Amino acid sequence: MIGLSHYLILSGLLFSIGLMGVLRRRNLLMLFFATEIMLNSANVAFAAVSYFYNDLTGQMFAFFIIAVAASEVAVGLGLLIVLYKKFGTLDLDDLASMKG
Amino acid sequence: MYEQIAFYLFSVLTIGLFLVTVLTKNILYAMTSLAGGMVFISGFFFLLEADFLGVVQLIVYVGAVMALYAFAMMFFDATRDIKEKTTNNALVFFLGGMVALMLVIIFVAPIMGENIQAIYPPIEGAGNAQSVGLVLFTKYLVPFEVAAVMLLVAMIAGIILAGKKMDESLTTSEDDDDDDILEQEDTK
Amino acid sequence: MEKYVYIALFAPLVSSLFAGLFGMSKRRTFVGVIASMLLATSFFASAYLAYTVADTEKPIHITMMNWISAGDLVIPFGFVVDQISVTMMVVVTLVSTVVHIYSIGYMDHDKSFNRFFSYLSAFVFSMLILVMSDNFAGLFIGWEGVGVCSWLLIGFWYHKPDESTDVNPSISPSWAANEAFIVNRIADLAMLVGIFVLYWNTGSLQYDVVFPALSSLDNSILTTVAIALFIGAMGKSAQFPLHTWLTDAMEGPTPVSALIHAATMVTAGVFLVIRANPLYSMPDVSEVSFFIASLGTFVAFFAASMALVNRDLKRIIAYSTLSQLGYMFAAAGLGAYWIALFHLAAHAFFKALLFLGAGNVMHAMHDELDIFKMGGLKKVMRGTYLYMGIASIALAGIPPFAGFFSKDAIIETAFNEGTLVLWGILVVTAGMTAFYSFRQVFLTFDGDERYKAFDIHPHEMYKFVLIAMSPLALLAMIAGFFQGSFQEFITHLLPNYEMSHHTHELALYLGGLVLLFAVGGIALAYKKYANGLVRNEKLENGFIYQLLKNQYYIPAFYAEFISKPYAMISTMLWKSVDMKIVDATVDGIAYIFYKGGDKTRKMQTGNLSNYLNWMAVGLVMMLLVATFYALIA
Repeated sequence: MIGLSHYLILSGLLFSIGLMGVLRRRNLLMLFFATEIMLNSANVAFAAVSYFYNDLTGQMFAFFIIAVAASEVAVGLGLLIVLYKKFGTLDLDDLASMKG
Repeated sequence: MYEQIAFYLFSVLTIGLFLVTVLTKNILYAMTSLAGGMVFISGFFFLLEADFLGVVQLIVYVGAVMALYAFAMMFFDATRDIKEKTTNNALVFFLGGMVALMLVIIFVAPIMGENIQAIYPPIEGAGNAQSVGLVLFTKYLVPFEVAAVMLLVAMIAGIILAGKKMDESLTTSEDDDDDDILEQEDTK
Repeated sequence: MEKYVYIALFAPLVSSLFAGLFGMSKRRTFVGVIASMLLATSFFASAYLAYTVADTEKPIHITMMNWISAGDLVIPFGFVVDQISVTMMVVVTLVSTVVHIYSIGYMDHDKSFNRFFSYLSAFVFSMLILVMSDNFAGLFIGWEGVGVCSWLLIGFWYHKPDESTDVNPSISPSWAANEAFIVNRIADLAMLVGIFVLYWNTGSLQYDVVFPALSSLDNSILTTVAIALFIGAMGKSAQFPLHTWLTDAMEGPTPVSALIHAATMVTAGVFLVIRANPLYSMPDVSEVSFFIASLGTFVAFFAASMALVNRDLKRIIAYSTLSQLGYMFAAAGLGAYWIALFHLAAHAFFKALLFLGAGNVMHAMHDELDIFKMGGLKKVMRGTYLYMGIASIALAGIPPFAGFFSKDAIIETAFNEGTLVLWGILVVTAGMTAFYSFRQVFLTFDGDERYKAFDIHPHEMYKFVLIAMSPLALLAMIAGFFQGSFQEFITHLLPNYEMSHHTHELALYLGGLVLLFAVGGIALAYKKYANGLVRNEKLENGFIYQLLKNQYYIPAFYAEFISKPYAMISTMLWKSVDMKIVDATVDGIAYIFYKGGDKTRKMQTGNLSNYLNWMAVGLVMMLLVATFYALIA
C-alpha cells in the first residue's frame, strides 16, 4: 500500500534533485527551473499530508504556493530581462561584481 | 493495485524528467522536461484526490508559468548550448545526497502525533472542488484577496521591468507624428 | 565661630584655585599679592580661633558633611579646633603668609610664577586639613595631600635635566621629587596598616572614639599600631633610615624649603605622635616610645655630624632641620609632648627665617650655593646678615632667644627621665649645632670676599621682602618668653610634664652646661672661619671627612642595593611578563579575530552559485542537528 511515507520520500527526492540543480547551474534561467522543481516537490508533500490526514489545509497551502510561485516567476523574469540588458550575459560567474 | 502502479510509474517518470532538467546543457530540453515533469506532478495530485489542485497546477504551472519561461527563452537567444564552467561536482552531489539522505531518514522514522485533529475536513458528499471552494471563500478569504493583490503587483512589475519607451504616452502627447503609428503599411 | 574655621581652612584653597587659573599665563604680580592676602586672612582667622580656644578652654568641633557612610563605616568630613590643632594652625598660616610674600620677591624672574603660588597655597590647604581633621581618615587625606604638593613643588623646575651624582648629589629636581614621594609612600603603607588595625579593633576612626577605647585593646595590637603609625611619621619627618629625601628636596625653590621642609610638612610626623599621645603614653607601648626617643636622639647626632662638613648652603640648613626634628621626637618619645610641640613652633620660626635668609643670599649670588665661594657678604647684605645671625643664635640655643628655652627643655627632659646616654648625646649635639650654624654664617658673611673671583655682583633683596621676614625674626627672639603661658594653654589637652624636684635643683647647672657647649661651638667656628677660609687638604681627604661628606654613603647604598635590584626586577617583569605574556595574549586574541575575519572574507565571492552552496551546507547542518536531537529524545 502506498502510505504517507512513500509520498514524503518522493517529495524529499525531488527536493534534493532541485537542490542539486540549484547548486550546479551557472545560468540564471536554468537556476529558476531548478527552483520550480523544489517548489513543486513541496506541493506534493502538502497534498499528500492533506490526503492522509483528511484535512483540506494542506491543499489550501499548496494552492497559495502555486499563486506565489507564479508571481515570483513574473517578477523574476522581468528582473532577468533588465539584468541581461545591462550586463549582456546571464552567466553567474561573470556577474560577481559584489565580490568582497 | 492501480494506485500502486500509477504511483511508481509517475514517480519514475517525474524523477527522470527532473533529472534531465537539472543535468542537460540545452535550455530547450531543460524547459521541455520541466513542463513534462509538472504534468506528472499534477497526476500525483489527482491520485491524492485533490482534483481542483491538479487542475490549477495544469493551468497555472504548465500553462502560464512555462509559457513565461518560453518567452524568456526566446528573448535570450538560448538556442545555443550553454557553456558552463565545470563546477565542483563532488561537492554538489555530496550536498544533494546528504540532504536526500537526511530527509529520507526523517520521513521514514515513524511519524509522530497520532492524535492530529483535522481542522478543515472535507465535507461528505461534496466533491473536492466544492469543498475547496467552501473553505477558500470562508476561512481563507483574506489570504485569497491578498494573493490577488500580489498577482496584480507582480503583473505591473513585470510590465514595467520589461517594457520599452515607458516615458512617452501616446494618448496625452501633442505630437502629430504619433498618428503615423496608426497608418498601416501596405502588405505585398 | 564656625565661619572662622571655614575661612581659615578654605582661604588657601581659594587662593590655590585662583592662582591656578593663571597657571599657564605669564607672570602676574597680582596673583602673588592676592594669594598672600588670602593666606593672611587665613592667619587672622586662625589667630582669632586661637584666642577663642584659649579664652573658653573648649575645643570647637565641626562636621562639615558626611563623606563615607557604608554599613558600619562612617567617616565624616569633620574638623576639630582644639589646643593642639590651633597651635599648628597659627604656626602654619603665619609662616605660609610670610613665605608667600617672600615668594613675590624671590620668584620675580621665574616664568612659572603663577603656578608656584597655586601649588604653595594648595600645600597650605592640605596641611590645614591634616592638622584640623578630627579623624584618622582626614589626617591621611591631608598627609597624602602634602606629599603630593611637596612632590609638585620640589620638582617645580622639572625641566632641569638629570646630572650625575658627583656634579649634583640630588641628580635633578624631578628625581628628587620622585625620591621624596616614593620614600613617603613606603612609610604611608605602614601608616595605613596602623590605621586599618585601629579601625578593625575600635570600629571607628574618630579621635574621640578611638583614644578612649585604647585601654581595652590588647598589648600586641597597641604595639603594632604604635609602630605602624610611627613608621608613617618617620617617612614624613625624615627619620633614619627614611631620611635621604630631605636633603635632596633642596632642589626645590627656597621658599618651598622654608615652608615645607622646615616649618610644616616635616613636622607632620611629630604632630601625629603628639596627636596620638594617648596611644604613646600607655604603659604597654612604653618600649616603642623609648625607641622613638632613642631614634630621635640618634638622628639628631647623625644629621648634625653630616652638617659639619657640608659646603652647600641649603643642605646645611636641611641637616639642621633633620637634627631638630630628632630633638622633637626625643621629647615626644620621652612623654614631654607639650615640650615637643613648643619646640616645633619655635623651630618653625627661626628655621623658616634661616631658609629665607639663605634664599636672599642665593638670589643675590645668582643661585650659587657653595659657601666656599661666598664670604664677606655682610658688607652688601646687612639686613640678611642680621636675620640669619638672629636665626642662628636662636638655633644654637643662646638665651634669651627662643631656641634656648625650647631646646633646653628637651635636654632637661632627657636628664629628668634618667636616660643619661640620651642626655649626653643631646648635649654634644647642641654644641655641634652651634658650630655648624655659625660656620655657615661666618663663611657666608665674614672673611674674605671669595665671590669676586667668580664675577658675581650681589645686592640685597627687595625692601618689602625684608619687612615681610620681620615677624619671624621677632618671634625667633621673643617666643621663648611665652613658654609658661603656652604650657598652661596646651596642658588643658596634652598631659602635663613637669621636671622633678631633683632636676629643678640642678636646672641651673644643666642649663649652664649646655650653654657652655653652645658657646664653645660658636667660639670654635669663629676662630676657624671668621677671618676667611683656610682649606686643609689633609683633613678634607681624611676618612671621617669623606664619610661625612658622602652622607655615610647611605644614598649610594640605597642606590646600589635597593634601587638597582628593584629596577632590574621591574625591567624583567616588564619585558618578560608584561610584554611577552600579557600583551601577547591580548594581541593574540585580537589577531585571532582579525585573521578569522580575513579568512572568512574569502566567502564573499559575489558569485550567487557560491552563496547557494553555503546555504545548502547550512541546510545540511541543520538537518543533522535536528535528526540528532530527535534521535536523542
